[in-house]
Amino acid sequence: MNKSNIHTLLSERILILDGAMGTMIQRYGLGEDDFRNEELKDHPKSLRGNNDLLSITRPDVIRAIHAEYLEAGADLIETNTFSSTTIAQEDYGTEHLVHELNKQSAAIARDVADEYTAKNPDKPRFVAGSLGPTNKTASISPDVNDPGFRAIHFDELKEAFKQQMRGLQEGGADLFLIETVIDTLNAKAALMAAFELQDETGKELPVMLSGTITDASGRTLSGQTTEAFLVSVAHFPMLSIGINCALGAKNMLPYVKELSEKASCFVSVYPNAGLPNEMGEYDESPEIVADQLKEFLDLGIINIVGGCCGTTPDHIRAIAKLASKYEPRSIHPETAVA
Amino acid sequence: MHDLVLDRSKLDALNQSLPNLKLSGLEPLEVRSDSNFINVGERTNVTGSRKFLRLIQEDSFDEALSVARDQVEGGAQIIDINMDEGMIDGVEAMTRFLNLIQAEPDIARVPIMIDSSKWEIIEAGLKVVQGKSVVNSISLKSGEEEFIEQARKVKRYGAAVIVMAFDEEGQADTYERRVEICQRSYRILVDVVNFPPQDIIFDPNIFPVATGMEEHRLNALDFFRSAKWIRENLPGAHVSGGVSNVSFSFRGNNLVREAMHSAFLFHGIRAGMDMGIVNPTMLEVYDDIPKDLLERVEDVLLDRRDDATERLLEMSESVKGKAKKKEVDLSWRDTTVEKRLEHALVHGITDWIEEDTESARQQFDRPLEVIEGPLMDGMNVVGDLFGDGKMFLPQVVKSARVMKKAVAYLTPYLEADKRSGERAAKGKILMATVKGDVHDIGKNIVGVVLSCNDYEIVDLGVMVAPEKILETAQAEDVDIIGLSGLITPSLDEMVHVAKEMQRQDIDIPLLIGGATTSRVHTAVKIEPQLERAPVVHVLDASRSVTIAGSLLSSDRERLVESTKAEYERVREHHAKKKSKKQMLSYEQAMNNRLNLHFDSKDITRPKRQGVQHFEDIDLSEVVEFIDWTPFFRTWELHGRYPKILSDEVVGSEAQKLFDDAQAMLQKIIDERWLGARATIALWPANSSGDDIVLYSDNSRSEELGRFHMLRQQAKYAPGVPNLSLADFIAPVDSGVEDYMGGFVVTAGLGIEEKVEEFERNHDDYNSILLKALADRFAEALAEMMHRRVRLDDWGYAASEDLDNEALIGEKYRGIRPAPGYPGCPDHTEKPALFELLEADKSGVSLTESLAMYPAASVSGWYFGHPESKYFGLGKIGLDQVEAYAARKGYSKEEMERWLGPNLH
Repeated sequence: MNKSNIHTLLSERILILDGAMGTMIQRYGLGEDDFRNEELKDHPKSLRGNNDLLSITRPDVIRAIHAEYLEAGADLIETNTFSSTTIAQEDYGTEHLVHELNKQSAAIARDVADEYTAKNPDKPRFVAGSLGPTNKTASISPDVNDPGFRAIHFDELKEAFKQQMRGLQEGGADLFLIETVIDTLNAKAALMAAFELQDETGKELPVMLSGTITDASGRTLSGQTTEAFLVSVAHFPMLSIGINCALGAKNMLPYVKELSEKASCFVSVYPNAGLPNEMGEYDESPEIVADQLKEFLDLGIINIVGGCCGTTPDHIRAIAKLASKYEPRSIHPETAVA
Repeated sequence: MHDLVLDRSKLDALNQSLPNLKLSGLEPLEVRSDSNFINVGERTNVTGSRKFLRLIQEDSFDEALSVARDQVEGGAQIIDINMDEGMIDGVEAMTRFLNLIQAEPDIARVPIMIDSSKWEIIEAGLKVVQGKSVVNSISLKSGEEEFIEQARKVKRYGAAVIVMAFDEEGQADTYERRVEICQRSYRILVDVVNFPPQDIIFDPNIFPVATGMEEHRLNALDFFRSAKWIRENLPGAHVSGGVSNVSFSFRGNNLVREAMHSAFLFHGIRAGMDMGIVNPTMLEVYDDIPKDLLERVEDVLLDRRDDATERLLEMSESVKGKAKKKEVDLSWRDTTVEKRLEHALVHGITDWIEEDTESARQQFDRPLEVIEGPLMDGMNVVGDLFGDGKMFLPQVVKSARVMKKAVAYLTPYLEADKRSGERAAKGKILMATVKGDVHDIGKNIVGVVLSCNDYEIVDLGVMVAPEKILETAQAEDVDIIGLSGLITPSLDEMVHVAKEMQRQDIDIPLLIGGATTSRVHTAVKIEPQLERAPVVHVLDASRSVTIAGSLLSSDRERLVESTKAEYERVREHHAKKKSKKQMLSYEQAMNNRLNLHFDSKDITRPKRQGVQHFEDIDLSEVVEFIDWTPFFRTWELHGRYPKILSDEVVGSEAQKLFDDAQAMLQKIIDERWLGARATIALWPANSSGDDIVLYSDNSRSEELGRFHMLRQQAKYAPGVPNLSLADFIAPVDSGVEDYMGGFVVTAGLGIEEKVEEFERNHDDYNSILLKALADRFAEALAEMMHRRVRLDDWGYAASEDLDNEALIGEKYRGIRPAPGYPGCPDHTEKPALFELLEADKSGVSLTESLAMYPAASVSGWYFGHPESKYFGLGKIGLDQVEAYAARKGYSKEEMERWLGPNLH
């Protein structure tokens, strides 16, 4: 799977990204034991809920979920590594496993994806190495009384992301997906990590970037408008930029539209299945989500579409079916950013 | 005539395939070809704004934020932030200020211009800003390699860049050089670095015009021509510059300056300048400039006539309404005697002071009335102007000289006048430099400023024992005690004085000042010792007047209350910070040492080992090594030399002070006022743990002595080592033969004679000036000897070729840290160093607090490893103090006392 391959495909058709991993894992009703292997059997902290660990403790579960999404029509599947950085694993005391988690997760996804590509070579499948935002922000203070304080620094983030990317690359990921960006500075650290990894390995894996607009004001958690966010990351030659999580599809439309007008790369969107209800569940049905995404497709503003929290293989199936009837957004050189 | 108008169609054709320059804060900023001029806020710059510098130095970051906010509210579309000042930790200040800005959405909405001449400060800034910033600036100054590397990084951090028209040969000062350098920079950026062309902004140097110098005639015109050429020939590129520089020679005449700025911008923008650093309050509306003035301004800017400068000067004098030439303006001599005295005081003129004082004496009934009347009135004017920031310290010290001369003239009459009782000053203030400390420049300045404001000063001098301070305070019934000190052990002395005051029930307010003191130390260590009387830290001389005034008036209660509350907050904050700051154990710190690679072939065996003494050093050879910036800081004039001489606010006073200094410098040399000596030594050495062992000879069989080094113990980012000076010397078990050196130099021998002479003449100004110059000579001599050691005695850098600017910038290989300074704050290493150097021959001795006497002396160590660098020790733990005390054979308590300020 090389870079030009996915570029070519993206200019030919809309590619489908998979849906939620967490929602699917919940369905298995796993217990503490499932999150432990021989090495972790005496680990002092509770590990249940640290879903990324399942790639080494229950690889069968992760593999099965990937297969379900591929079956539903996903072109890209995301590795089970949203929290696989030393920073995010610190709470569980499992930082030492980070390299293994990333490499294993990528290897599992690689293996299933290749299986499906072999079944139908006309629809090659790709592995997107998922990089979450971590649980710390480089430009927001966690202490309201001390606005100049920072719990994490650019350099620490950069090193953590680089380590994660290295593991993903070794495990066979086709590209990196820096997602759910809530603080642009964290994303810039990840982009710097990607630059440096390119220097070190001589390989340039494509990078997808997806930010999160947290409320109706149209800004990221760190306060940037959609366009400011785009300008701040445009120095990196990205494969795509987009928006995911937080809002349901309906509310994302104006911001995706803005990105589509101003970005010189491909545009992605993968919404939640609506907003969480009183029980914390996402309850928009596949039909509702697909119906809302129809407006995006009618406008011709997206190249990659999928689902985030609360979406399932059924959602992806509905989205894939709908998207197959549409042409992808074309990149206009005159709107190029950099 | 040159065509100076940018051809817009050419520009559009050139740029049509390129996107626009886009920047961002929380909101985007797009620079289109039809955008109006983008103005960059310039007030958040410590080199350009005295106020901002003061706020940063005082740690008033909240107020500093309001300066940034004012800029944005005032219409700045980008804010330029600069923290380049010697006394500020630039990386820390930049990081902290930018972090704070992030929390202020009304400021953070605009993009940031990260402004520094130091790459590490720029990079620190790039690491804390989420938006797309502008780096200001990089250039070919240090060659292509560095330029390319920095440009690559800027690109990866996602910032645009300002490129100065500066190359290996220097700053571009002609049209041809500007074009040549900008073109070369552009080609490298675009072809080699692959930098987005629209993200390149050139600063082709705005220099002053109408300076009277023939070679400056084309400065503005060449800028306009270059701007046009850049925009028409380099696709995507932008042009920027700092506008106020152009009118430098008309400082003090804002009418002309504002007209010049507007006209410059008018032509600059027409030629293609599309952004710039502008002070909006110093700008006239172009159309409102009187036609005749505009014509003459434009004659100068566009170099339209040979006599353009003369004609503008002529008009500038007429628009000011009166003749400008001060040296011939003696009209003040025709006014009343009161006005004459006031003028003499405000302008520091002693030429007629006795004559005028005599006239006044004849007019008044009693001589005392002359002092209480016109002289004090004049000094009040001085005090007010100083308080308002309209006069600067060197002027005030000159005013004091005039006052003292007048009083000295009146003294015999005062004594003869039987009816004359004691004149009541506003209050009596005791001043002393504490025991063990010999530094008194700052104390003397405060004394002068206070006496200018009608306080009687009882100055006990230097190295004053606490008993003497307290006895005198009571015997003289003073209203305030002021303590001063420069070296860290003085801090403990001050604590001791406070404790003694408490024990002896002395309730006189205590003021704390001096370079090593701080608000935090005063709040945490001194104030809690003294409940009986107020304790206040005084940041600088200008602050001393208001504090003394408040303490001796009905305002006292308010000041005391607010200070107490403030110090309480400082203590709480300090305690919190302390608990927050993470420390390593000494063992962990040692394990995280810097492991340099030592290889015998990289280490040069010194040509001359052992001790060498140099006497009767000719100071004329030392002059070229002087770093002037700290000299101005002594006088509370902040800014970098030589830029400070052209500073908008303090420039003209800085120039006068500099002229006086140059004149005295010549006398010091010609009349041999100061004796200078130097001692240097180089020894075979290896490190052993955190000690450095010196050997008697190259067989390394006999230990000659050893230095004990401290190690940083704070927890740093992963991969950052905990440094000790010992890390720069090859460990004994490496088998590599390494070396180090030591030195002591002085330029203060015999200074007392001249100082006394000045003081007899009531001339504090020249007394302080001499001491400040002696300090500069000592530092310069240390620099000169260091160079000699690198090039010759040790010889590891025999081919080094650096000018003084590069020396000041410490661009050479190796360091010369001094015990007592931040990297190695322990003064108790000095006795061993002095003994090894046989320093008694150098004429320098150590006081009981281990300060050097004469004060104008410098001592330290030489390290030659290419990776050796200056660092601050920071806080250390008791575990290290214990280990360190054991190694040195001190008791733990004694060591804790010496290292107090560094204890966690």
